[in-house]
Amino acid sequence: MITPLGLDTEQTWEAVIAGRSGVGPITKFDASELPTQIAAEVRDFEPTKYFSKKYLRQMDLFIQYAVAASYMALENAGLHEDRPPAERTGVYVGSGLGGITTIESTHLAMREKGWRHGISPYFVPALIINLAGGQISIFQGFKGPLMSHVSACSTAAHSIGEAYLAIRYGRADVMLAGGTESTITALSVGGFAAARALSKRNDEPTKASRPFTKSRDGFVMGEGCGLLVLEDMDRAKARGATIIAELVGYAANSDAHHVTAPSPNGEGAQACIRLALEDAGVSGDAVGYINAHGTSTAADQIESSAIRQVFGAHADKLQVSSTKSMHAHLLGAAGSVEGALCCLALQRGVLPPTINLDDPDPSCDLDYIPHEARRVEVEYALSNSFGFGGTNACLLFKRAP
Amino acid sequence: MSDATSDPILDTIKEIIAEQLDVQKEDVSAEKSFTDDLQADSLAIVELVLALEEKFHIKIPDDKVDSIKTVGDAVQYIKQNNAG
Repeated sequence: MITPLGLDTEQTWEAVIAGRSGVGPITKFDASELPTQIAAEVRDFEPTKYFSKKYLRQMDLFIQYAVAASYMALENAGLHEDRPPAERTGVYVGSGLGGITTIESTHLAMREKGWRHGISPYFVPALIINLAGGQISIFQGFKGPLMSHVSACSTAAHSIGEAYLAIRYGRADVMLAGGTESTITALSVGGFAAARALSKRNDEPTKASRPFTKSRDGFVMGEGCGLLVLEDMDRAKARGATIIAELVGYAANSDAHHVTAPSPNGEGAQACIRLALEDAGVSGDAVGYINAHGTSTAADQIESSAIRQVFGAHADKLQVSSTKSMHAHLLGAAGSVEGALCCLALQRGVLPPTINLDDPDPSCDLDYIPHEARRVEVEYALSNSFGFGGTNACLLFKRAP
Repeated sequence: MSDATSDPILDTIKEIIAEQLDVQKEDVSAEKSFTDDLQADSLAIVELVLALEEKFHIKIPDDKVDSIKTVGDAVQYIKQNNAG
């Protein structure tokens, strides 16, 4: 994981459990003309720890994050030395917006210098979304299925879910899956601001991402990458791997309603959660923790009511948090960072909090684990992701056997 | 004159190559092949050509690029075409 909270999994986990915010003033470009001047930026990333500086011009930042994260994920999975067979190892890594940084800077350079000197020969491979996974496969030598799912804020959850299906279908034994994003740029922050989707709490950056509160006023953009190593259970057990958690259920569906707004009563989300439980053959009552999509927008209420609809009386026993209150909204990388946090929560018996829950919205009436992490052992954790276009993905994780 | 490092054009090219291909400047010499010795792929060669064009204020048409196989070929081309 590379997130606004840390440059690896342990740093990120430690910050999440401590309830720290990764949001601050935007430093990556001059945001003074925009209504939103805050974001959760990745700080002090050192790509040359992972690859030669010559690749910096060949890969947009979202790809650099992904390649760096692939080394960390393989190391953590004990597969860096003990390489899995190349043909049986695949890569599904997506992104919401891809190389928008490269598109912006190249467009400016083209206007200044003309096409020949303004556009790098690496322009296209540096920006296209599938090159995040493509570069991982090249650097790591993996020859199994390679593709990128693109579904806005559900991207990473879909990538993980589809990778899980690839293993279930016998197409691969090991899959590297997740999402990556680097969109703290004038055009993309401006674009979400134009859609009136972003918080304008510029004077209190660390308070700006405040899911489920009365005073929430939009989401905060984040960046980074989360990658999970999925492995066939028999193979993982046979090699004595440290299994963090088991992915037992996945569902994908759509609202067929609106480009940015969820269906009014969260019917799409409800159906998706139900389908994920069905896929796993698990009763809703068994779920202990939900990492909510919870973006700090009007949709928080819809998600909360969807959870209540699906779980009925058990909703009062569920513990739900939005870790976006800390790492903000990583868009195409959100689902894999949040999915990874679910796995760690199961493994370590600690549930991440929702910070900034100072003024709970009465219409959001679940237990959101306010302010502080809780030491609780749970058996199942659900991760929700809902994206622009009405695209939904739910992942259900189980504590490792 | 026989000391290659005293050639300012070669020296500048070495610097550009070292920077763009992330190799040691002292490992770059006139007889080195871009593809075989310096591991430049077709895109890296395009990028190098553009950098040389900007540095030396010349134009290297695409149909001439194929004839520039070594660092020495590039020095030669620049000397023949550098109006300055």
